[in-house]
Amino acid sequence: MKTPRSAAEPSAISRWTRTSAGFTTGFAGLIVALAFVPALNAGVVQDMTGLLILVLMAVMWNALAGYGGLISIGQQAYIGLGAYATVWLCNHAVNPFLAMVIATAFCGAASIPLSFLLLRFRGAQFAIGTWVVAEALAIWVSFDNALGAGTGTSLFQLDRYAPGPREHYIYWLTLAMAVLFLGALFVLLRSRLGSSLQAIRDDEDAAASVGVRVVAGKRTLFVLAATGAGAAGAMTLANTLFIEPTSIFSVNYTALMIFMVLVGGLGTFEGPIIGAIILYFVQHQFGNDGVWYFVGLGGAAILFALLLPRGVWGTLEERTGLRCMPLGYQVRRAAVAPPAREPD
Amino acid sequence: MTWVNDVVQGIMLGGFYALLACGLALMFGLMRIINLAHGDLAVLGAYLVYLLLEHWNTSPFLGFVAVLPVMLLIGYVLQRVLLERSLRSGLLVPLLTTFGLSIVIQNLLDQGFSPDDRSLGASAGNIATASWQITSQLSIPAIGALALGVAIVIFGGLQLFLSKTGPGRQMRATAQDPDTAELVGINSRAVYARATAIAVAIAAVGGVFLAIRSSFTPYSGPTYLIFAFEAVVIGGLGSSLWATLAGGIVLGVAQTIGGQINPEYPILAGHIVFLAVLASPRGGLLNLRRATA
Amino acid sequence: MTLLAIDHLQLRHGLLEAVRDFSLSVGEGETVALVGANGAGKTTLLRAIAGAHRASAGTISFDGDDITRVPAHRRVRMGIALVPEGRRLFPSLTVEENLLVAADGGRGGRWTVDSVIAAFPLLARLRDQRAATLSGGEQQATAIGRALMTNPRLLLLDEVSLGLAPLAVDAVYESLPVLIAGGATILLVEQDLTRAMKAADRIVCLLEGQLVLEGARDQLTREQITDAYFGLHRTRGVSA
Repeated sequence: MKTPRSAAEPSAISRWTRTSAGFTTGFAGLIVALAFVPALNAGVVQDMTGLLILVLMAVMWNALAGYGGLISIGQQAYIGLGAYATVWLCNHAVNPFLAMVIATAFCGAASIPLSFLLLRFRGAQFAIGTWVVAEALAIWVSFDNALGAGTGTSLFQLDRYAPGPREHYIYWLTLAMAVLFLGALFVLLRSRLGSSLQAIRDDEDAAASVGVRVVAGKRTLFVLAATGAGAAGAMTLANTLFIEPTSIFSVNYTALMIFMVLVGGLGTFEGPIIGAIILYFVQHQFGNDGVWYFVGLGGAAILFALLLPRGVWGTLEERTGLRCMPLGYQVRRAAVAPPAREPD
Repeated sequence: MTWVNDVVQGIMLGGFYALLACGLALMFGLMRIINLAHGDLAVLGAYLVYLLLEHWNTSPFLGFVAVLPVMLLIGYVLQRVLLERSLRSGLLVPLLTTFGLSIVIQNLLDQGFSPDDRSLGASAGNIATASWQITSQLSIPAIGALALGVAIVIFGGLQLFLSKTGPGRQMRATAQDPDTAELVGINSRAVYARATAIAVAIAAVGGVFLAIRSSFTPYSGPTYLIFAFEAVVIGGLGSSLWATLAGGIVLGVAQTIGGQINPEYPILAGHIVFLAVLASPRGGLLNLRRATA
Repeated sequence: MTLLAIDHLQLRHGLLEAVRDFSLSVGEGETVALVGANGAGKTTLLRAIAGAHRASAGTISFDGDDITRVPAHRRVRMGIALVPEGRRLFPSLTVEENLLVAADGGRGGRWTVDSVIAAFPLLARLRDQRAATLSGGEQQATAIGRALMTNPRLLLLDEVSLGLAPLAVDAVYESLPVLIAGGATILLVEQDLTRAMKAADRIVCLLEGQLVLEGARDQLTREQITDAYFGLHRTRGVSA
């Protein structure tokens, strides 16, 4: 005998929880506070710029790997491209800061045709394909004498600004870029694309069969990640003033990105930020230890990949169920009146 | 007719690349993973031979024979300790752990041997520099011919191993269906470990040959990996071993001819050929592309 | 004597319970048929006995030894062989190679490539043919032959009639008495109730992962089994 259902009120689906509302407000407040960093001394400003660049790199690499399931070991292609495009533009009398913005956009544009080449692949083929692209770009750039060829070049056009204000402008532009790309990723993840990405990560073919536009989704992430990496490259140039092909296109950037994202939390929004902060401190502590520093980074990546694959933040989320960013869906079932029991 | 000489040199060079590529192809065919530390393991082999030769004055080839069991052991342990666990966690983890391993090996080698260029050419003696002058414009370098010959022998031996022997059969079965392989009594973990051991040992052969031909540093690994991977992809990822040998040769020829066009171009030429093959619908010389990881 | 003893076995797929609190004893030389609807847990159960699926609770004993934690390839050496659902031959290996590859991991015994081919004559001309090119019936014969190459004491057959033409299925079941006569203990999963009742000494029925009916062939009626199969017996019980 079945018991009758009572009339239940419809369930509500909400995207915000108290936690995420609080956290997002706090986060916004933090960004506002960060705008005031230039009030501190010059060394701190430069350091903070470096930190923001790390955050940008980590978040963008995670966008591709954690949300898109695409491990790239060639994002340095866009770091280098962003930097060198900035140099080229400045050599053609464009205002340096405007050049950085245009160079960033250029990286996004350049990544579109590359995506058609690379996105036919997954896994290791995709990974090494991205790397070869970076290597090829590095060689190609090193042929160009106007760009300093193999010996490198600097952004001397920035000299027209006095050191103090210059660093402030660089910092603010970096902050703006970081906020812009974090915001873009956030919007993307909250959109329909966000849910389809999870489906794509779980099973591409099944996702495609229910109408998810798999390649378009991946391409969006690919272009976003490339643009963000380009921004990181342009700002790295501004922050360090001298670059050369072997270093700006170096696969070491990928090593840093992998470390930050693995340790912070692959596939979470907050994880890469945490990872960048951790790397920042590691760099300050061990950056001068030469090879042991990299041995440590590599070893940490291995250990985290094997033992704590969800990273610091991911494991925290898993253990506590904490969700700080309003990226998911909560189903709120209204209270149901207890059913009346009919006698058997 | 230097053109012909270039092609011949390129074919010789291809032998080196084929040796590097062989192990990579074996591991990919069996376990569907690309060991991003593959090139660094090849360099490690070269350094071990170098180290041995500092105490024992002999040719690198004999030195390698002594180092061979160590490389086999390294490969076996690598699989059991690191890669086995990575395999179970999906496709992302093996890439990340082998990348981390690559960084660790490079920097440990730097620490142990300093970043200076080294070469095994001097210890190899005549064979590193000798060549047979066929015509005034065509010469065949002895070391290149030897590398190519060794590559053919190794590829042939591996092919025979896979098609005619019990363990080879087990490897083929496990590659196609590891789950069912276990159900018919095959210890898949042991099969994987054997394959990785073989792959690493063959990579070391390539590393030693390249060390004789030119110089190497602790950071040469990634370059070797790229060449190995390009060779595998040009031949057709997932196709037969012989296709990988062919891919290596095509890469060697592309680089040599590119170098003729402009001495700065050889490696770039290789990259371009690789990307062109990647972009083509067939995705490989001898095989249809498989767009799976 | 009891060859296989399963005790309060629980099997999961992730969080989903596929088999719950399952207990069964199979004596040496018996032929037991496992019936049940799709999703009842039959394949999962056979795979767990073979070692391809880890138990989350309970034990499996073989010839007195606890094999719950023993990996699949070692169980083959102990004498358990599974013919998987869907045959699962190694596609690019030839018939002969499929047979040979199983021989290495098993025990020695009367089953060799030649004796297997003698038992399944249709394979004689297919020795060097790649498994992927075989017909369904030929594949099934090869898959059974492959399991036999390990000289098993316990043979697990998972839906050998699946996807085969009736004649082919007949041929498979005709070969069973030969195996049984040879002393093999057989646990077979079969959707076709008629065949199951003809071939087996005992019938066991699974529903939603639980054992709902068990008995000797001549003690059970077809109606009883069908009721258990569909869970009809439950409607006469407590409210859902």
